[in-house]
Amino acid sequence: MSGFELSGLTASFGGERVIGPLSLSIRPGDQVALVGKSGAGKSTLIRLIHDQVNRNSSLVPQDLGLVNALPVFHNVFMGQLDQHPTWYNTLTLARPFRADRTAVSALLAELGMAEKLWTATASLSGGQRQRVAIARAMYRNAPLLLADEPVSALDGPMAKLVMGLMRERFSTSVIALHDVNLALTYCNRIIGIQDGQVALDEPSEHLAPSDILPLYD
Amino acid sequence: MYNSPVVRTSLIFVAIAILGLFVSDIAITTSNPWRDLGNFFLGILTPDFFSSEGLMTALLRTVAFAFVGVTLGSVSGFFLALVYRFLPVRIFCSFIRAIHELFWALIFLQFFGFHPLTGVLAIAIPYAGIFAKVYSEILDEADPEPGRLLPPGTGVITSFLYTRIPDCWAQMRTYTSYRLECGLRSSAILGFVGLPTLGFYLEASFSQGLYSDAGAMLILFYVLIATIPLWVRPKLLPVYLLAAPFLLGDGMPIVWGNVKRFFTEDIIPAPIRHGDGMVALGSWFNDLLVNEALPGIWNTVVLTQIALVATGILSLLAFPLISVQFGGPVRRTFGHVVLVIARSTPEYILAYILLQLWGPSMLPAIVALALHNGGIIGHLLGRQTRTLQLRPDASKGLNLYAWELVPRLYRSFLAFLFYRWEIIMRETAILGILGIYTLGFYVDSAIQNIRFDRAMVLILITALLNIGIDTLGRYIRRKLALQTIPTC
Repeated sequence: MSGFELSGLTASFGGERVIGPLSLSIRPGDQVALVGKSGAGKSTLIRLIHDQVNRNSSLVPQDLGLVNALPVFHNVFMGQLDQHPTWYNTLTLARPFRADRTAVSALLAELGMAEKLWTATASLSGGQRQRVAIARAMYRNAPLLLADEPVSALDGPMAKLVMGLMRERFSTSVIALHDVNLALTYCNRIIGIQDGQVALDEPSEHLAPSDILPLYD
Repeated sequence: MYNSPVVRTSLIFVAIAILGLFVSDIAITTSNPWRDLGNFFLGILTPDFFSSEGLMTALLRTVAFAFVGVTLGSVSGFFLALVYRFLPVRIFCSFIRAIHELFWALIFLQFFGFHPLTGVLAIAIPYAGIFAKVYSEILDEADPEPGRLLPPGTGVITSFLYTRIPDCWAQMRTYTSYRLECGLRSSAILGFVGLPTLGFYLEASFSQGLYSDAGAMLILFYVLIATIPLWVRPKLLPVYLLAAPFLLGDGMPIVWGNVKRFFTEDIIPAPIRHGDGMVALGSWFNDLLVNEALPGIWNTVVLTQIALVATGILSLLAFPLISVQFGGPVRRTFGHVVLVIARSTPEYILAYILLQLWGPSMLPAIVALALHNGGIIGHLLGRQTRTLQLRPDASKGLNLYAWELVPRLYRSFLAFLFYRWEIIMRETAILGILGIYTLGFYVDSAIQNIRFDRAMVLILITALLNIGIDTLGRYIRRKLALQTIPTC
């Protein structure tokens, strides 16, 4: 399962409708960028999709959801807790197994933070924390990536590196982005959200930045 | 100002305390109280650490009982915290923590006798109830988001260990080590009912007028508590935990026949035991209520209300001693020493000492409760003054105190005070064992007369009174929107 149909999606907040009713069809191989100004309902839509696919996705939420007291290794390892029995996971808290250490550290190396493997997450910078959450999502390796502004705290080259990695690892993804150029470069389908409705839905190659900008007015 | 609910509440409580003073029994009955007090202080200044080898053993036992009791309490409290959301568990926990350690000790003494288990359970049971509540509050505050992000199919235990425990760990550790300090105090006073801890030694020294021995004991106890950060180290903890059960002493063997008799005969109300029927039971209960429970409740409430306000006044007077806005480092160090002594001395020991010096009345109890609790709240408030940002041209002296500090601290002051309300009442009840006519007095007399059925009913009433005050205190704190951290 990596494509899905969503129909009649709605979400309300404090009695006010923020999303929908809205229908979406995501096909396998779609790498979707959700664009739109803040408050348009992108984060809510990501949450809705996450629930619709029964949490069977690699999720990078905006607030990251890291366990601050644990080192980077364990935060990444959390992506595969369902793969091991309880005793294995408990032992890993005290002393990780070599195979897992190698796998996690290879992943962190790709994200340019191999030396942070044992650092407590609480002491990382904003950009590093964001990359830990992305590493966790990659380690999870679900068929679908859902990410909410995953590179907002990264500098230009690092953002490009990370977007490239995500495109490589996940054939199907829905990523909320506010950077129009990144969206056009690293995603093959652009969905514009305005006032909780789909205002734009086109393949990237048909679009230029100037087509997307009106969504932000 | 009188329209502010905070001020109005304070004034109502002050008025109740003043009314209480009229009906309370306050007197100094000894012929020469000041000479006795002088002798006592002389004893503290000339401590005799070597008069008896019993002192070191008592110190060792005090630490051992505290470690085993607190460990057992924290482990069971942790498991209770996991199911704390179920109402029966919450009621059970609030019930076991509403009964004071000394009452638990008195109960267990009747059937386990002077076996180490008596002391261990007397600490472990009420502490389990407190740990359950505080641990569950800490666990509830953990960020739920990481848990929601785990892959579906992750085991319950795994997800608990990875997403709950790590963020709570530091807080739980701090609270547990703080409780260990409380446990040392609890363990020390268990000696007053005959267990081999410091209280036993203190009572023996006092009754023989050996003030230098008593002074040595108190000084060692302060040193023990003040140096906790030095000797309670994470690396040493396993050593302590393994050694402590073997250092409790042998005590007396448990007679299982006594245990059986206690539950099947002793605590059954006499009219039922003798098959006298419901009418007899009614008059038995009525007699208990009118002659013991009601006077006990009345005295306990009166004493609690006076002690509560006295505690408040004392804490407001005490916090400038350690506040950075007043005085230099010398005066603050002096203030710290005074407050450490005030809050490390269990109120039971303070009351015991004052009672020996001034004779029986409510006065020693009020002073003891105010000194101990005032020391704790004064310390917390003084610490809080460090975080206050005053304008550069703020007034000085009394004006600074009255216009800048007290108004800023007043809400947290009330929060601490109302939090300790129930603790003060629990202590007030127990001080009855020393001869003040609160509920503890009637419990103790019933036990002396081997009427355990009456003692159990009275302990039950005490517990319900504590739960009532706790609920009322929480209601007032919520009404006035006061927040606080747990203290013991």
